[in-house]
Amino acid sequence: MKRHLISAADLTRDDAVLILDTAEEMARIADRPIKKLPTLRGRTIVNLFFEDSTRTRISFEAAAKRLSADVINFSAKGSSVSKGESLKDTALTLEAMGADAVVIRHGDSGAPHRLATSGWIGGSVVNAGDGTHEHPTQALLDAFTLRRRLVGQEGADLAGKRVTVVGDILHSRVARSDVRLLSTLGAHVTLVAPPTLVPYGVESWPCEVSYDLDAVLDTSDAVMMLRVQRERMNAAFFPTEREYARRYGLDGERMARMPEHAVVMHPGPMNRGMEITAQVADSPRCTAVEQVTNGVSIRMAVMYLLLGGSSPSGPSPSTTQEPGMQHRAGSSEENN
Amino acid sequence: MTASDKTLIRGARVLGGEPQDVLLAEGTIQEVGRGVQAPGAQVVEAEGAVLLPGLVDLHTHLREPGREDSETVLTGTRAAARGGYTAVHAMANTFPVADTAGVVEQVWRLGKEYGYCDVRPVGAVTVGLEGKQLAELGAMHESAAGVRVFSDDGKCVDDAVIMRRALEYVKAFDGVVAQHAQEPRLTEGAQMNEGVVSAELGLAGWPAVAEESIIARDVLLAAHVGSRVHICHLSTAGSVELVRWAKSKGWNVTAEVTPHHLLLTDELVRSYDPVYKVNPPLRTEADVMALREALADGTIDCVATDHAPHPHEDKDCEWGAAAMGMVGLETALSVVQHTMVDTGLLDWSQVADRMAHRPAEIGRLAGHGRPVAPGEPANLVLLDPAYRGQVDPAGFASRSGNTPYKGRELPGRVSHTWLRGRATVVDGNLQ
Repeated sequence: MKRHLISAADLTRDDAVLILDTAEEMARIADRPIKKLPTLRGRTIVNLFFEDSTRTRISFEAAAKRLSADVINFSAKGSSVSKGESLKDTALTLEAMGADAVVIRHGDSGAPHRLATSGWIGGSVVNAGDGTHEHPTQALLDAFTLRRRLVGQEGADLAGKRVTVVGDILHSRVARSDVRLLSTLGAHVTLVAPPTLVPYGVESWPCEVSYDLDAVLDTSDAVMMLRVQRERMNAAFFPTEREYARRYGLDGERMARMPEHAVVMHPGPMNRGMEITAQVADSPRCTAVEQVTNGVSIRMAVMYLLLGGSSPSGPSPSTTQEPGMQHRAGSSEENN
Repeated sequence: MTASDKTLIRGARVLGGEPQDVLLAEGTIQEVGRGVQAPGAQVVEAEGAVLLPGLVDLHTHLREPGREDSETVLTGTRAAARGGYTAVHAMANTFPVADTAGVVEQVWRLGKEYGYCDVRPVGAVTVGLEGKQLAELGAMHESAAGVRVFSDDGKCVDDAVIMRRALEYVKAFDGVVAQHAQEPRLTEGAQMNEGVVSAELGLAGWPAVAEESIIARDVLLAAHVGSRVHICHLSTAGSVELVRWAKSKGWNVTAEVTPHHLLLTDELVRSYDPVYKVNPPLRTEADVMALREALADGTIDCVATDHAPHPHEDKDCEWGAAAMGMVGLETALSVVQHTMVDTGLLDWSQVADRMAHRPAEIGRLAGHGRPVAPGEPANLVLLDPAYRGQVDPAGFASRSGNTPYKGRELPGRVSHTWLRGRATVVDGNLQ
């Protein structure tokens, strides 16, 4: 694996499968009474959030803490960033404090890439969502959830599975990362949206595009609903919320047309009544809450592999250090 | 050296032709031929070098007044001389805006005082570049600066009525409106060319149609009111087709292309390095090829640099926060040689046409872009086309180093520039 995780395109199939398998190891830790590993003790991970995202930040924070890393949360709000400090100066400050990894959420597409390639910092950079570009750990947790629900086998990829992603593709960093990662893992991805919310230039993406949700439901193994901001209506992307929900929202009737084994996914936060009805959101077929749980395991795996773990060709954590053993050995100090 | 001194340029390939000697004295070209004798003259051995009329830029941002941290009239004209230019048109988007006779006269006087390069200010079309009310175009024309080119460059004159009136109004003094063609609603928040790369990078797209729709409207307007219109920095294949069509109708339409749009594509944006952020944005390979072809066949009249200096901090940041623009004066001739001459699309006499003669004609600028012939003003550039070297912004005369060519090997080097017989550059060094 590379030193940074900026884009889902950075990952080969084997890299991705290694992360999913490592995340399974991490998930087993969560079932123990003391959910903690000493792996990253003494390492410093900075959560650098230029955009508000409590969900993503606490997921990364929980992951880092379960690996015993020191976590610093740096939020743009109320910090010097809001007083005009540049990304560069913020990065130099974090570097001076000895950050081993920076988890960055930024409103500008490409900001994590700049952080990783500009020479401002020496540590690893993990993209926690940049503008309308990518959100690779979200795609990894989606793949993890899909593999558990549809394949149920470690070491496997998603070959042949049909995943439909519905909603505001144009503005979605989740969609971009999902298309890249899920296709790398062998899945067939179909994007569904009104034409106004499909990016110009989408023809080069490794997926299909449909404007008709009903046409693809019965062949989908998973239907992933993306959040659609109500404000998009004001820029004429669609006429009204009502019409959007009627044409592209997932309700009970549509869900009933999906194959029996098929799941409904949502990266959250959900707009109930817009892209998804309460009936669907609360049904056992909806994995939204499970995705949140899986997100912590995935982020643990990513940080473990970037900071403490081996390269994809090297031994996996289960062979180098059995997590449970490490846990027991270090438990006396961990909770100090 | 004073203007009365004589200079003998020996063995230069005038417009890329056979070697000849050229004698300069009293600010003009005295003799062109073989075996010219000039006792006491300073001799410049120019074997293998190409002699062209001094270059004329229709589109330069000198930033003074207001943004002297990025460029001044002095540093900008020194950069121009280094690049082989003897005249530049200074764009109006300064602080304050060059929308009054006072501002344009100040810029003009500074250029004259420093003496590196003639500075012809461009006047704003509308007050404050706001697109609402015509600036005092006549007063700027009648000022000492003698403004003939008007542009709100950086912003499009998007109101069709204002554009129509401006086109009509400047007819009274043979002025020209140079349009920055960018439909504002279609480009709100735009960060790069809209296409395959923008879709992948998640950067808001600047669609070709936003440029082309304004060009289509403006050539029709110009035809309707019988005015001439100049289109700044053409960047798309579709724009080329529109200008070609307008010219085929006999309408008075001219157009420019920047060196960077002749060479670079939006694939470079994958680096998210803001040095490639420019407006209009870098387009696709197909656009680059169409622009080269159009410059070769004369559809595009001239090369203009859109030299846009920015301080380091405005580029040393994330893409979305970065300023748009790149410097170009000191690399333009090399890029044109690389993309147009070394590819066989233009010969050196055509380079003289596209980089000196045509821009001077469009700007109605006397004394520049003239033939290399006895009696003509001695505004000349001597270049070594065999030179190969890496671009190093540390060596620029410009105050800013935001070049997209850093580290890239480009051909050609300006060895000498003469402004009315006075050498502004000798052996690549400013005088």
